[in-house]
This record gives sequence, C-alpha cells and structure tokens, in this order.
Amino acid sequence: MAPQLNEGDQIAELKVTPDKYLPHRYAGASGDFNPIHIDPEFAKAVGLPGNILHGLYGMALVARAAIVGVEGDARSLKRLSVQFRGMGFPEQEITVTGTVREAGDGRVVLDMEAAQGNNRIIRNAEAELVLDPGA
Amino acid sequence: MDESKKGKSYAPFRYDVGREKIREYSNAIGVHAPVHHDLEAARAAGYRDVVAPPMFAVVYSAGSVAQGVLDPELGIDLGRMLHGSQEFVWGEPVCSGDTIATTTTVADLYERAGMQFFVFESVSENQDGQETVRGTWTNIVRAG
Repeated sequence: MAPQLNEGDQIAELKVTPDKYLPHRYAGASGDFNPIHIDPEFAKAVGLPGNILHGLYGMALVARAAIVGVEGDARSLKRLSVQFRGMGFPEQEITVTGTVREAGDGRVVLDMEAAQGNNRIIRNAEAELVLDPGA
Repeated sequence: MDESKKGKSYAPFRYDVGREKIREYSNAIGVHAPVHHDLEAARAAGYRDVVAPPMFAVVYSAGSVAQGVLDPELGIDLGRMLHGSQEFVWGEPVCSGDTIATTTTVADLYERAGMQFFVFESVSENQDGQETVRGTWTNIVRAG
C-alpha cells in the first residue's frame, strides 16, 4: 500500500555518504570514466578542488529517494528532471529531500533537491510517480 | 555554433541488458531491493527477469548520446562542457535479456549569456518496439 501523501508533506530524507572509491565503482557501472570523477590529480590540474561525483550518480540518489519515499518500486517513477548545479564530492554526506507539490488520482509530483551541507548539488528536481503501479 | 545541425540524428545504438550489469549498477547507487538482484524475487513481482532501476537508462542510452557529444560537426569543446540538466520520462520497465535500441537527435542548439547549449533527445525502445525511456540531455559549454 502506498502511504497517504498530501500537498506540502515531506517524504523521508535519504542520507548517503559516498566513500572515497564510490566514483570508481560508479564509473565502472555506468561506463563514464571521465578523469575529473576518478583522478584527483587530473581534477586539480583542470582547476577543481578534487575529483567530483558524477552528476548522474546524484540523480540516481534522487530517483532512489523518490521511489522509497512513496514506498514504490521500479515501475513507480514516470518522470524525473534535474538541474546539476554545485559540484559533489566523495566522503561528504549527501541529503536528498522531497516535498509533495501535487497528490491525487494515484499520482504524486515531488519537488526535490540533493545537497552536501550548504552546497546544493541538484536543484529544481521534479519527480512524477504513480502509486501502486502494479495494481 | 552551427545551428543547421539542429534535427540531426544518429544511427541507433543497441545495448544487450544483462543480470550482472543490473546488479553492478544497483550496488553502485545503493539500491538493494531484491527485484533488482534476484530472479525469483523479480518473477514473483511480475517481471520476466531481474528488472533494472529506472536510472539504469543512463547505462543503455549513453552510448547513443555519446555519438552526438563527440560529433566533430557539432564541435563540442569537451574540456569546457558541463552537464547542465537532465530529464527522463519512463515507459516499459527494462529487464535482463532485453535489447534496447536508442536513437539520439540534436533537439536544440543555442547560445545564451556567452555559453553554448547543446540539447540532445534520446528515445529508447526494447526488442518489442515498446518505448522504455525518453531522455533530454542538456550540455553547456562555458565561455572560453
């Protein structure tokens, strides 16, 4: 059963701290081996503070938080749009939050964001989900 | 930038989906629901095989979008490129054993505030012609 969600409700926060080697595992899993994500020396040489998280990894955490937040499954998420803004870093906790913007007719739209402290790495994210998609 | 390239599309890119790749990707993003790892759990939930998490779309469609990103006719300066925004709209779930064909089109090209915007649209279909995902990928090239 899907939870009762009303406009303005917060979904459960997702907190994840990617370890030092997470970008390497994500690179292997996704096929994106851009050295800015896996090589701190290369990243510094192009003016970054260090190797940065893959933006699409952050988007995957937003998707995960949205699905868990409505107690859904792989069929629940119908649309997700995000804007990548701040750079994300390994070994810093990421918090994903979501607020119900619209709810009704077995469907919910969430406004979402992912941040490391005050550094909002994903902003203006919008997730649209169907509740009980298998029903 | 050459705005005449708007509408250009690339040859379909095919990707064969496998169980171990779904498990590897799911572990990387911390998704541990049994339907993404275990065949029996996936079948019990009504899937024909281990099912991919929605964001697995990046795994099977990136090879298609890369054709646009790396297209010399567009001339994207990769060293200055940022992934600005992304949207996915999902259809049929993707399971192990599926073959997904993705076709990418140059949806829009424009300059704003000294930056170049390259917008690609990818459409992915499974072996039965069902749409699995539609992606809008906005890449921004910073001013030099």
